Amino acid sequence: MVVAKVYITLKKGILDPQGKAVKGALHSMGYEGVKDVRVGKYIELTFEDGDLSLLEQKVDEMCKKILTNPIIEDYTFEIGEG
Amino acid sequence: MKFAVVVFPGSNCDVDCYYAVKYGLNQEVEYVWHQEKDLSKYDVIMLPGGFSYGDYLRAGAIARFSPIMEAVKEAAEKGKYVIGICNGFQILTEAGLLPGTLRKNEGLKFICKTVSIIVENDKTPFTTRLKKGQEISLPIAHGEGNYYVDGQTLEDMKKNDQIVFRYKENVNGSVERIAGVINKEGNVLGMMPHPERAYEPLLGNTDGLYILGSIVDNFIKGGVN
Repeated sequence: MVVAKVYITLKKGILDPQGKAVKGALHSMGYEGVKDVRVGKYIELTFEDGDLSLLEQKVDEMCKKILTNPIIEDYTFEIGEG
Repeated sequence: MKFAVVVFPGSNCDVDCYYAVKYGLNQEVEYVWHQEKDLSKYDVIMLPGGFSYGDYLRAGAIARFSPIMEAVKEAAEKGKYVIGICNGFQILTEAGLLPGTLRKNEGLKFICKTVSIIVENDKTPFTTRLKKGQEISLPIAHGEGNYYVDGQTLEDMKKNDQIVFRYKENVNGSVERIAGVINKEGNVLGMMPHPERAYEPLLGNTDGLYILGSIVDNFIKGGVN
């Protein structure tokens, strides 16, 4: 099996209310050192074994088409044995 | 004239839209399931509010790939009137039929209340019953209504007069208090406030008829001059 791990983050400068709320909670718990929190998404895609370079292209396409919103989100992914 | 209300799994304002058209506007209206592929017999396409596909991934992201969306695009290209309300607006931005996107509200909360909206463009087929600068009241109910668009696109939108409504107070953090936008061609409107929840005195508000009624006026007239 091959697994693609996709990490989605909000672009720099895009407000992240969820991150803001988590930061507030951490501060109220005493973790004052936390300067900023950004919450992202992790998506795991599992494939049958196949041509890895072809898969790379496909996962990139999926990220662009549906998994992310390119207006506000960035993404990275890694592909490896599952 | 005939309205279509597209129903996605998770739509919850579809019935409101249906009733507003049938009883508020006295026009023909039918529900169209999102797996249908043909909208040719309808004159106006409504994408209602709700939580299509549970808002999983992102609001509107999965619905945008429903089979019906090809037909919505076709209808838009033909110049038919398309209106997306709340989740419908989110779907239209995901589909690329409208610029920008809707983020989580800045204040972290789901907001459900009646707010003041200011009309920015009274020359669209959805706003001819209104005047530029006019203030109306409409209900909003959303967790992701924080409109975002990049600076360059915003400038283009201003040149093309694509900002149709602004909130009087910035309730959700939207760029320049934007509450509703239209495409360049002027036939596809997306808005977060709910005109279909304000169409008869029993609801305590009839301001929604300014917008829904404009559509009927312009259809009968055959377009906006």
